[in-house]
Amino acid sequence: MSPRDLLRFALRALVGHRLRSALSLLGVSIGVAAVVVLTALGDGARRYVTNQFAAIGSNILIVFPGKTETTGGMPGFGGVPHDLTLDDAEAIRHDLIGVEKLAPIAMGTETVAHGERRRQVAVVGTTHEMMEIRHLSVARGRYLPPGEMGRGEPVAVLGKTVAEELFPGADPVGQVVRIGAWRMRVVGVTAHRGVQVGLDLDDVVVVPVATAMRILNRSSLFRIFIQVRSPSEMETTRQKVVKLLTDRHREEDVTCLAQDAVISGFTAILGALTLALAAIAAISLSVAGIGIMNVMLISVAERTREVGLLKALGAGRRQVLAVFLTEAILLSTVGGLVGLAAGEGGVGILTTFYPDLPARPPLWAIASSFLLSVAVGGVFGVLPARRATRLDPVAALAGR
Amino acid sequence: MGGRPVHALVDVTETIAAGDHVAVMGPSGSGKSTLLHILGCLDRPSSGSYRLDGREVGDLDEAELTLVRRHRIGFVFQFFHLVPRLSALENVEVPMIFAGVPGAERRERARAALGSLGLLGRADHRPDQLSGGERQRVALARATVMGPSILLADEPTGNLDSASGAQVLDVLERMNASGLTLVVVTHDPNVARRARRVLVLVDGRIVRRGTGAAIQEASAGLAPPPT
Repeated sequence: MSPRDLLRFALRALVGHRLRSALSLLGVSIGVAAVVVLTALGDGARRYVTNQFAAIGSNILIVFPGKTETTGGMPGFGGVPHDLTLDDAEAIRHDLIGVEKLAPIAMGTETVAHGERRRQVAVVGTTHEMMEIRHLSVARGRYLPPGEMGRGEPVAVLGKTVAEELFPGADPVGQVVRIGAWRMRVVGVTAHRGVQVGLDLDDVVVVPVATAMRILNRSSLFRIFIQVRSPSEMETTRQKVVKLLTDRHREEDVTCLAQDAVISGFTAILGALTLALAAIAAISLSVAGIGIMNVMLISVAERTREVGLLKALGAGRRQVLAVFLTEAILLSTVGGLVGLAAGEGGVGILTTFYPDLPARPPLWAIASSFLLSVAVGGVFGVLPARRATRLDPVAALAGR
Repeated sequence: MGGRPVHALVDVTETIAAGDHVAVMGPSGSGKSTLLHILGCLDRPSSGSYRLDGREVGDLDEAELTLVRRHRIGFVFQFFHLVPRLSALENVEVPMIFAGVPGAERRERARAALGSLGLLGRADHRPDQLSGGERQRVALARATVMGPSILLADEPTGNLDSASGAQVLDVLERMNASGLTLVVVTHDPNVARRARRVLVLVDGRIVRRGTGAAIQEASAGLAPPPT
């Protein structure tokens, strides 16, 4: 019996019972689709977080004022951290050798206006090096001019959205905008970037850090981004930064985090979540296997006479086994394929509604759910198929 | 359930020559079907001997029995036992599928078998679109397509009207005339009468042997109405 004939014979039997075959096929499909969609979701979340942080750059340390642990004691003491100042940033840059690039950030919200058009946006004060640390690029003009941190030149770089809103159809470079009460010359427009770590980088105005502190009337920086020379120097540099600032402030009142530590923490959690989702989906797949077994048992019971007949016509034990096993595997394989298609469709719908979520089913999930569905047919098909081969042809023919 | 074993056949000693045409008669439960199943290698005697072409069937293993059934023996049943989802042609192909005959040759042989029984026009019909007589002739085509030397028929006309039954018997006799050994189990004295020899079984024993005509008269009161 050639494999092709075997397949055809099994297919005819399945098509002969359309509804029943379709229902058990549906069970497998749902299981596989669930694996695909859920792992895509979990992996998408992981990739989303990774992308968000990766966009910031690699080998990045982030310094921000305040300790992550609870402080207390007497009011007015200890609980209020010292300002994180531009001098602190300069000190880190000049005193520590592991530091390759450094960008201080001051942040606040202010009204940006050009003529009658005004818009409330986030004002980000930083330096030229920010562009390299966060891999930013400009669409028009240039980014902040390089120079001393302390020099607060009256220039601004507009985010894409801000530029479009304030200068519809016109080139803002060279024009003057008002930020609060201050007049700034626009030197550039950043390229589209989108939302990153909660901030829409298209809807900001970037100015020199000293300018921003003046506009926003801030004495403290919001963050200091430090790019370290090599990954191996991350931890020592981090400790040196904390020690330096502790010396300068005479107490440890800053927090310094490694970007990668944050990412790997998130990735570990989301990876575990993905696995858990996959496991849940796999359970539904094995339930579908029981469905297949049920269908095949019914099929064998209903076709006892056929089994007897096949034996009388010269079908061997192995051939009868092969016929029924092929039916079960065919059922689960087609179910698996339909499930993969449905899963891809589901992921497609998901990404249509959440375009920012890079939901893609991981290859291991696709491969293993499909293989599992095929195996489910094989494993759960064996019992019914063996039952068929054991049928006594005489009794089977009599329909007893 | 359970209880003492029942001996379906006792002391049945018979030799059937190649090309013979034998009818087996007897009331229900007399062991006719058991005899047929043993002859067809579907069942094995718990004791005793069955030699087919000089070979002891009891010594054959499962695989060899399968080959015997595939190549030496054809079966025809009272209820036809066609596979309902397959067309007439595909039903005839089934034994060849299991024998591994390639597709093109298979279809050709199935067509020839159907053609010789005047069924070529019905080749693509499913069993439920065929009359009883046509179904039995499709079953006959299937039983003989592998070129067996023995055809075993279990009440082949039991489910047919007399016209279709007569047609089927004609086919059987034609096949017998061309050398096929024919064993027919029947209740019907009119079927038995056409056989060269008749065996009458009662309670698993052969109680009478003879020609068809002689048996018919003697056993007039013996045979219950067909089921």
